[in-house]
Amino acid sequence: MTNQTGSDDEGVKLTELQSKRRGQRNLAIGLALLGFVCLFYAMTIVKLSGGMHH
Amino acid sequence: MSDVTRSSDQIEVSTAGPGDFLALMKPRVMSLVIFTAFVGMLVAPSGLNPFLMAVSLLSIAVGAGAAGALNMWYDADIDAVMSRTTKRPIPSGRVTPNEALAFGLVLSLGSVITLGLAANVLAAGLLAFTIFFYLVIYTMWLKRLTPQNIVIGGAAGAFPPMIGWAAMTNSVSIESIVLFLLIFTWTPPHFWALALLKLDDYARAGVPMLPVVAGEKATRTQILLYSILLVPVGIAPYWLGFGGIAYGIISTVLGGVFLALAMRIRLSTDRAVIRRSCGKLFGFSILYLTVLYAVLLVERLVHLV
Repeated sequence: MTNQTGSDDEGVKLTELQSKRRGQRNLAIGLALLGFVCLFYAMTIVKLSGGMHH
Repeated sequence: MSDVTRSSDQIEVSTAGPGDFLALMKPRVMSLVIFTAFVGMLVAPSGLNPFLMAVSLLSIAVGAGAAGALNMWYDADIDAVMSRTTKRPIPSGRVTPNEALAFGLVLSLGSVITLGLAANVLAAGLLAFTIFFYLVIYTMWLKRLTPQNIVIGGAAGAFPPMIGWAAMTNSVSIESIVLFLLIFTWTPPHFWALALLKLDDYARAGVPMLPVVAGEKATRTQILLYSILLVPVGIAPYWLGFGGIAYGIISTVLGGVFLALAMRIRLSTDRAVIRRSCGKLFGFSILYLTVLYAVLLVERLVHLV
């Protein structure tokens, strides 16, 4: 976290584990979002090309 | 931010990894949901484009996972005192309750919208109702209030094949109601057999499971009564024509074994025999449901080929 005085002592300091897990969570959220976008793109293409059986 | 330096162990900072969030979704329950919903989809007479079908199945699975996460958020207090559940992400402290709540809500919304777009509004509505039913009616309201909690919870678990059917046909029909009833009547004997074995756990958590409230004998009677209901429901797909001859034979034989185990639990007076039979019925009940659904699936696949 950025602090206004520039001192390293201020703000919340994450432990190594907390920081590592946060990175993993961010990566997972990023991948999930990417998957979601791809899914909706593909769904749109399938629907536009008349993929629904009626 | 205050001007006092705070280390991260003084405030709530998550140490949850992606695996913990996956655990929140109850992957084992999800795999059962995927299986039963898939059978509901394949048995249905009309169909969707295979890709949209896969997306629908994914949505149903994620919706079930979301309901699981919301259930764990609300039940963290009782999960903390039961041996079977103390290692779950919230009671073990890996995931904070707010994280689980947000995770569950986002996934619920996402899965319902996706299913609505991939399949139809009826299926999406049924999925939304299932999540609502499991979280509000079962988890928040009746689970801690009535010893018939398992019966209510069973209804939530029974919806997936009906949702799968609705995704394919945009309808709710007698066949999908039978697929629903099969899981609905299966759940009480399945869980009460486990509850009789884990009696102390539920008593400690203050959950009014039937054996805790009504006693062991009443529970054994109820196991038998629900098994008597279950067996004809299990054979019904054959009578209704969407299960073939193989299904008819297998469901009758397995139903007979189910009933025999339930009768032994009810009629025996020897505690050791009762306990052993409960263990057997619990294990067999999983086999029973899996095999019946698998036979429906295989018959359908053979028919398609």
